[in-house]
Amino acid sequence: MEISEKVISQNQNVTTTYEPRSPWQMMIKRFKKNKRAMIGLYITVLFIIVAILAPWISPYDPYAYNMKALLQPPSLSHPFGTDQFGRDVLSRIIHGSRISLMIGMVGVGISILVGVSLGTIAGYFGGIIDSIIMRIMDILLAFPGFLLALAIISILGPNMLNVMIAIGIFSIPVFARIMRSSVISVKYKEFIEATKSLGGSHFFIIMKHVIPNCIAPIIVLSTMRIATAILTAAGLSFLGLGAQPPSPEWGAMLNEGREYIRSATHLSTVPGLIIMLVVLGFNMLGDGLRDALDPQMKI
Amino acid sequence: MENLLEIKNLKTYFYSENGVVPAVDGVSITIKKGETLGIVGESGSGKSVTALTAMRLTPGKVVEGSINFNGKDLLTLSDEAMRKIRGKEIAMIFQEPMTSLNPVFTIGNQIAEALKTHMNFTKTKANERAIELLELVGIPRPERIVKEYPHQLSGGMRQRVMIAMAMACNPSLLIADEPTTALDVTIQAQILDLMRDLKKEHNTSILMITHDLGVVAETCDRVCVMYGGKVVEESDVHEIFNNPKHPYTQGLLKSIPSLIDSEEETRLYSIEGNVPIPGTLRGGCHFAPRCEFAMNICHTEVPSYKEVATGHFSRCWLHEVEDEEVQNEANIS
Repeated sequence: MEISEKVISQNQNVTTTYEPRSPWQMMIKRFKKNKRAMIGLYITVLFIIVAILAPWISPYDPYAYNMKALLQPPSLSHPFGTDQFGRDVLSRIIHGSRISLMIGMVGVGISILVGVSLGTIAGYFGGIIDSIIMRIMDILLAFPGFLLALAIISILGPNMLNVMIAIGIFSIPVFARIMRSSVISVKYKEFIEATKSLGGSHFFIIMKHVIPNCIAPIIVLSTMRIATAILTAAGLSFLGLGAQPPSPEWGAMLNEGREYIRSATHLSTVPGLIIMLVVLGFNMLGDGLRDALDPQMKI
Repeated sequence: MENLLEIKNLKTYFYSENGVVPAVDGVSITIKKGETLGIVGESGSGKSVTALTAMRLTPGKVVEGSINFNGKDLLTLSDEAMRKIRGKEIAMIFQEPMTSLNPVFTIGNQIAEALKTHMNFTKTKANERAIELLELVGIPRPERIVKEYPHQLSGGMRQRVMIAMAMACNPSLLIADEPTTALDVTIQAQILDLMRDLKKEHNTSILMITHDLGVVAETCDRVCVMYGGKVVEESDVHEIFNNPKHPYTQGLLKSIPSLIDSEEETRLYSIEGNVPIPGTLRGGCHFAPRCEFAMNICHTEVPSYKEVATGHFSRCWLHEVEDEEVQNEANIS
């Protein structure tokens, strides 16, 4: 008698402390346990905050020439030194983060929008539509990404908007492929059939049941792709095909600093290290998200 | 009683690279209002495809036949009109409760879905009705369960949720495709009881697809036995168990382990051979290669579907032979 009462009271305890948990809440819990992922998150968040607050936190005007302080090494008044026109490198890096963030976000945004829609249509409807879409994606994928971006830039002309478009286009096939395979694995699940048997239309099924179940790999991929986009944009600017001087784009700064690499090493190393740090941060975040979103997947 | 669903001479074929597969080959069944019809057969006999064709959800192609539901021909309706029937007038319960619910949404959200689509319920009203429905299918603490996710429920509870979803709009026909296969025996009994109660309360007709004769005995009013895409025997549930006419039905009933006979028979009876792979069937009676009474004619010609007793139909050459014998005897005397 006593024992059974004890069991009952224990059970009550269980039910009172037990809260319904959504898959997202469980994912956040797993993510927080992962140190590397948290470091990645901190780097990324810091980068985003700096980009948003750039005009208020940068100590100098990034475009202001100062002929009295040319090519100065790092000091207290200029923590990252000055460049060949006496501009403060720290201020330029801070303002450059806006450009990089924008290229990353807009470029990947274009790829998600187009890639996810194409992948969903191909995977869900299959047949001839699938073949046509995926063959076009295969053609795009056959070019090395950077080369494709170079080709697009040389057709559209070198400026920031075209860099975003080029980066957007070269990530489309990656998103389309990932989305297509997730959609195919979801569309034969029984809850899709159950929804059909309850009278759901194709549009409703895709929006409510297919996409929410395929979103996890897309989140992971977009984080990783932002890193690639930033790197590619810097690469294009380094080659003089992206942001044009005097824009404080990191790749362009790296290129400008190249001429002074012997006398003022900080001009090229600082932007280089910053690019590395941000790309590393996004990649670590992406890895952590992948582990948190799908604990079964091990790569 | 009025007929609710009338399937006439339905032929659903699958076209694959290896040729045409007649999964459903001339099936005719009728379900009256408030009746439970069981479709029994082994895997690959075409029972699920028949049900999916009735919902127009089959990937195969309907070559011939008609499906009349409440005066409407389901095969000629527009997709839009068909969607309005699905879930509202015909609903379906699936075999696998573990995967039949979307893992990323709460239970309440998913039950409310059908209500919002078909009844134009507002969100709060749909949520209230979802709680009512969960109560109806015997789920304890429904206010709490609506907020939970499918992975937090057991198989039996999920199947109850599936039934609640199917019953949301009070459909006149409920198609249950092996609703208890994935559940253990005590939960099976509970689910079957629940379905029987719901049927009584709402006068819903049920099409029960199963390979479990116990489920049939428990729930059905009439039974169709399917083999190789054809209905081979159809009758009242008592008649099937007491007086099966078709050799296949007889074999099925004999292969149920019995506690009483166990002393005499050490080995369980089984029907020789395997279920034919659809598409490899040749002419004649499909069961002939496995039938212990097979005659020459069985391999070449398809037997006709005969009424052997009132309301009891069977498709076998033996009945023709019996008739001839009876006639011969009559002639002699």
